[in-house]
Amino acid sequence: MSAHEETVVHHDIGESPEGAERLIAKPAAPEAKAGLQLRHFVFVALLVLAFVLPAFTKNFVVFQLTQTMVYAIAIVGLNLLTGFNGQFSLGHSAFYAVGAYTAAILMEQAGLSYVWTLPVAGIICFILGFLFGLPALRLEGVYLALATFALAAATPQILKLSPLEHWTGGVQGIVITKPDAPFGLPLNQDQWLYYFTLIVGLILYLAARNLVTSRTGRALMAIRDNPIAARSMGVNTSLYKASAFGLSAFYTGVAGALGAIIVQFVAPDSFTLTLSIGFLVGLVVGGVGWLPGALFGGAFLLFVPNIAENVSKGLSGAVYGLLLIAIIYVMPSGLAGFLQLIVSKVRGK
Amino acid sequence: MSSGSGDGVPLLEVRDVAVRFDGIVALDGVSFKLPKGQILGLIGPNGAGKTTMFNCLSRLYTPTSGDVLFEGKSILGRPAYEMAAIGIGRTFQNVALFSRLTVRENVLIGGHSHTTSNFFGDSLRLPSARRTEAQLEKTANELMDYLHLGDVADRPVAGLPFGTQKRVELARALAASPKLLLLDEPAGGLNHDEVHELGRLVKQIRDDRDVTVLLVEHHMGLVMSISENVVALNFGKKIAEGAPDVVRKDPELIRAYLGGEAA
Repeated sequence: MSAHEETVVHHDIGESPEGAERLIAKPAAPEAKAGLQLRHFVFVALLVLAFVLPAFTKNFVVFQLTQTMVYAIAIVGLNLLTGFNGQFSLGHSAFYAVGAYTAAILMEQAGLSYVWTLPVAGIICFILGFLFGLPALRLEGVYLALATFALAAATPQILKLSPLEHWTGGVQGIVITKPDAPFGLPLNQDQWLYYFTLIVGLILYLAARNLVTSRTGRALMAIRDNPIAARSMGVNTSLYKASAFGLSAFYTGVAGALGAIIVQFVAPDSFTLTLSIGFLVGLVVGGVGWLPGALFGGAFLLFVPNIAENVSKGLSGAVYGLLLIAIIYVMPSGLAGFLQLIVSKVRGK
Repeated sequence: MSSGSGDGVPLLEVRDVAVRFDGIVALDGVSFKLPKGQILGLIGPNGAGKTTMFNCLSRLYTPTSGDVLFEGKSILGRPAYEMAAIGIGRTFQNVALFSRLTVRENVLIGGHSHTTSNFFGDSLRLPSARRTEAQLEKTANELMDYLHLGDVADRPVAGLPFGTQKRVELARALAASPKLLLLDEPAGGLNHDEVHELGRLVKQIRDDRDVTVLLVEHHMGLVMSISENVVALNFGKKIAEGAPDVVRKDPELIRAYLGGEAA
């Protein structure tokens, strides 16, 4: 309260016209509140829909939805790095692969429960991402993209190396046993994994949302917008950038582990550069710097290649390309910009 | 809370600072002192070394030789990101805001150095993170009121008029409660009335907030009207120092500005 009184005193010192203007502008606040409520309503509605959906859909669709959420988690991770911190990565397939293999090896060779493989995969990827982020500090823009490209290019070959074959299964990969629903829940395996992924994804999403609206998240965005000014405001840019790489890898690693569990299989050639580019495409069509867009991006990543395949088997790549161009044409800043446009048009009328 | 210039140690002391880039001498043995509570104007024509000096003070450059002391201690061993925490705040020549963020977010980031939090606590909104956030909000609200930014608080800074952006930058710098505020050509791009208003504001900030100000400025009118002392640079060397009225009449300064035989 005392701070408020102080400011009132300052107003009397300063020019009154501007102060008066500001007072008139105050009633704008309720509108902002209404916007917040609408967003909450949409969030809760989607959540309810997500919870009842498996009861009305076939197992294969449930599996596809689970895979969509897994991709979405990886895209949220990439968004934290690229959208919020301004660092590019073509290497996220590597972190996804490390997460997937961590889960597979821990489950099949160490007999660890699938639940515990997620934090382990996340922590291993955080460390790898942080360590990779340190030398990457010296690189910007396209150069960073090239360095991360190298990471993606090397990963499948490293996974095939014969000294590691005992652990990785070499070219054959590793087959994973699908977990059953716990506590005697009346769910089949696909349905259980759907709910499991939904809960993990929800926790990770909320954590990411908390982060980007906090002091740490603002420091990341400050680095993205103006690194020199960020440093002058006291942001240890090196530490934050390397940590952002680590955190991003954490998300992608957890997604990789979940992906391995639901697909029941890991093999080196599932984790090529194509997957990295897929994450980037998913990020862009969902909206760079907008977290919920990841779900749309994940769906795009999973379904659009299938749609393209259905249109023309021989020219599926070309059809995919055309669909991508069409989407970018209609929504140049992804789903995020598209929705923003619609909301502002509705409000305008 | 020692205020005024009573105690012996100046807030800022620049000792014989020289900066060379690949044979070019940007600064050549410049020294001056800035007592607490003063407004010091650093002037000089283009290329005189003003901005280089500025970047040395905010640790973006390291001088080739010489020393910079803040509250009696050298800052040259510290990284740039620690400057805000020890009490040196700054603004930038052509405004360097976080363009995609709102006014409020910009000012909140200004308080970064005076608060702590980490990835873990912020992701989970732990009680400590909430306290930090509340503290930052309080400072930001107070400063946005102080600088009349309340009605644009939630607008992205990119679309705001230049003069408003400059006030956002001031608010952002003040959010760290600096002891020394470095202003890099704040009058650039402002019209006559705005420059006058800015001068009044800088003085008011100094008086209200116990801030010492180093003003690097092209605009002679502004410097001469609000500074207690002026240091003039030309070609990297100090050519004059003293009260505005004295420096204004300095023949070497007049020659530097009007060209004289050099032009």
